[in-house]
Amino acid sequence: MATYNLKINGKTQTVDVDGATPMLWVLRDHLQMVGTKFGCGIAQCGACTIHLGDNAVRSCQLPVSAVGDEEITTIEGLSEHGDHPVQKAWLEIDVPQCGYCQAGQIMSASALLKRNSSPTDDEIATAMNGNICRCGTYTRIKKAVKLAAENNS
Amino acid sequence: MTLVKTKIGRRTFIKNTSLASGGLVLGFSWLNSCRPKDTGSLTGKEMPKEWFQMNGYIKIGENGLVTIFSPNPEGGQNVKTSMPMIVADELDVDWKDVIVEQAPLDTDAFSFQFIGGSQAIRRGWPGLRMAGASARHMLKMAAADAWKVPVSEIKTAKGRLTHEDSGNSLGYGEVASVAAKFKVPEEVQLKEYNEFNIIGTSRKNVDGPDIVTGKPLFGMDTQKEGMLIAMIVHPPAFGLKLKSIDDSQARNMPGIRDIFKIKVFNDDYVKTFFDTRTYNEVVVIVGDSTWEVMQAKKAIKIACEPIESSTDTRDRFGNAWKQHTPAGLESTENHLANMEDRAAKGGEVRRKDGNPEAAFKQAVKIIERTYTAPFLAHNCMEPMNFFADVKDGKAELIGPLQKPEFTEQTLSARMGIPLEKIDIKMTRLGGGYGRRSYAHWAVEAALISERMKAPVKLIYTREDDMTDGVYRPTYLIKLKAGLDANNNLIAYHVNAGGIPESPLHENRFPAGAVDNYLAESWTIDSNITVGSFRAPSSNFMASAEQSFLDEVAELAEKDPIDFRLELLEKAINSPLEGTTNDYDPTRYAGVLKKVKEKSNWEDQQPNLSRGVAAYFCHNSYAAQVLDLVMEDGKPRVEKVTCVLDCGMVVNPDGAKNMAEGGIVDGIGNAFFGELRFEDGIPSKNNFDSYRMIRMQESPKEIEVHFVENKIDPTGLGEPTFPPIFAALANALYKATGERYYQQPFMSKLPSLANG
Ligand code: FES
Ligand code: FES
Repeated sequence: MATYNLKINGKTQTVDVDGATPMLWVLRDHLQMVGTKFGCGIAQCGACTIHLGDNAVRSCQLPVSAVGDEEITTIEGLSEHGDHPVQKAWLEIDVPQCGYCQAGQIMSASALLKRNSSPTDDEIATAMNGNICRCGTYTRIKKAVKLAAENNS
Repeated sequence: MTLVKTKIGRRTFIKNTSLASGGLVLGFSWLNSCRPKDTGSLTGKEMPKEWFQMNGYIKIGENGLVTIFSPNPEGGQNVKTSMPMIVADELDVDWKDVIVEQAPLDTDAFSFQFIGGSQAIRRGWPGLRMAGASARHMLKMAAADAWKVPVSEIKTAKGRLTHEDSGNSLGYGEVASVAAKFKVPEEVQLKEYNEFNIIGTSRKNVDGPDIVTGKPLFGMDTQKEGMLIAMIVHPPAFGLKLKSIDDSQARNMPGIRDIFKIKVFNDDYVKTFFDTRTYNEVVVIVGDSTWEVMQAKKAIKIACEPIESSTDTRDRFGNAWKQHTPAGLESTENHLANMEDRAAKGGEVRRKDGNPEAAFKQAVKIIERTYTAPFLAHNCMEPMNFFADVKDGKAELIGPLQKPEFTEQTLSARMGIPLEKIDIKMTRLGGGYGRRSYAHWAVEAALISERMKAPVKLIYTREDDMTDGVYRPTYLIKLKAGLDANNNLIAYHVNAGGIPESPLHENRFPAGAVDNYLAESWTIDSNITVGSFRAPSSNFMASAEQSFLDEVAELAEKDPIDFRLELLEKAINSPLEGTTNDYDPTRYAGVLKKVKEKSNWEDQQPNLSRGVAAYFCHNSYAAQVLDLVMEDGKPRVEKVTCVLDCGMVVNPDGAKNMAEGGIVDGIGNAFFGELRFEDGIPSKNNFDSYRMIRMQESPKEIEVHFVENKIDPTGLGEPTFPPIFAALANALYKATGERYYQQPFMSKLPSLANG
């Protein structure tokens, strides 16, 4: 066990856990932030995607000890009022079916738009390929990413 | 005017719930207590101070806000939006004034609280309409009393009651306290279909705002004071059972509370239809946090021994059903060989029209093909999980499941707790597709909680979810067709079977369209556990049959759509005497004609490989044209055009989303879906080996059209899934010159298989 001071969504949170504990479980079990989802545990599905700095990372494979001073953003902190351009586009296109993968999809999409404000279809497909949607909402996800990019430009 | 009775036989559809007896209830909202505040913004109205319960589905606040309880579980089919839309339309309220809440399991207040077989809307339709209409009638009665005018002179619109002659007008909220005290009328008037103003219009997913902001909506998100985390360890192979556990290392690991065995069903228990569970005895690890329990789980060693063959008597909705489970460690290679052998022997004749033997002798051209499909894992995005708190002779359960009513009965039998002491709350399902009909994990969670004397959340890892499944069976279908000298289909033979279930639907197309028709069915027992998987059995029947018909059309030198239409014409114009078919050939032909038009089928482009398929299942009709191109040896689906006839569509955009999902899911499973077995061990246990469709393989565009009619709504979650396998196979044939008989197709497409 060790103490970690983590910068999450603009606040400092202190947790006392084993350093090997993945951020996914630190968020879900220790900080009661359950927006970040567990899907596979092996960085294959993207349900657990968060931002570390500006990058989308799979929190199931990110030990808490590796976070250091980096700023973490989760779905709960993407925007204060649920009005990030990506969230708005998601609602506009009514993307979700079951919804379980969508927090991860939104975190991947928002990280993509941060580094590339007007991605092509192929760039979207490449950036989003690590996020599985078992319900098959991919065509809507693509539309929503493009809409978010347009609304933001 | 449509008058309906609120009571049919002894069953009362709509009643004031005990909760509602005085009318006044306190607002309650569990799990996502922040939702009502959020919804205030939709309409500008604040949360009401008081709620008046009209019936199990509806409560109305004094300020006119309406809460509608959505009775069925929500698994992504969007019933949590579309079911309340039906109630709201009949209630005649402004959708903006509606707050939706998930109802708990309440067999007094609701009927058919399950999802499966694409039945939620179809079965819910009359009850939901009645709930809205009877509440509207009670509101009218209250206004009539207040104004001293006949009920029949009162009109409603957007949550207001008006009386034209006197100029009186009241909001629903103003009379709700009085209206709620009336008895539910025995007869109510429903709207005419042309009076609907919510049904048939697109409304956004009511949980959308909570989903995109990561609110706790799913079973996995359940958190309770003092809650422990539990996981299981199960035998590694089908055909094995637990013998002994070595937990010496795991027991002393940090955060671990206990390790023990549980028996899911008692030996003398008569299992019902959904009580399917592979490993009746599993090891349980309980601890403080998920990560700690996961570590201890890895440190547990178990020893297993072979199961013996057994025959179980199960209860299939009141009928005894013998289920034979053979001993042994099964392998995919043997499965395929065994199915070939078994099919060669012929099966039980399930339908025979005309004289197929003679017709095949007469035929000028004969074609025979064999199709196979593997076991499939459901792979719901949210792994199986359930919360249970069992204490003081009561049980509270929270989580994602499809058949809460059956699960409650099973729990009651296993735990010895009466039904009325069991409370099941339904969370959103992170996918179901049939898997969450078999809620053995709810029983497991209850047993663990009882033993630990604490609230417990049981979580399956992805590996448990995939290797301890209730799979789609593996199938083999042989199809044979005979054409006469004029290229007319004169004989058709389907020989279908599977391990351990057959996919045959003997009364479906082309039955009824061919004079000489033979359908045979067989099964082979297995100890691999199977159950419903999106469009059970149809999902392979459609695939085999619609691929085959493409080949038959080619042999007959006919366009594949025209060929099908010709057969359907025959079914329409000269139905075979003494036979009944499941499908309506006119509606079937309708979707084919429309897809031909919408896809510009006549306008074949040289670079585009196009495949067509159509199917009837779950009371609905779907036809699809799939366009693909090959890029570096990889198929890229450019577009899918889909036409659906599922009767009236409640929420068109939501319905399209569902249809798109079925199409993507079908393409994914056709390309990649496969769970093989080697000595009883599933060949894959996570998404690194079990390939799922991703955005890059998904169609670039999907266009969904509905046939407009005034037929009561039918299934939608499943019908777009089965035919797309064949539309894809037929397009791949155009692109590669090869037919695809074995699923998954990636085995024949190396550049796709390699990523
Ligand atoms: S849970 Fe982390 S990628 Fe799947
Ligand atoms: S919406 Fe269900 S997994 Fe994506």
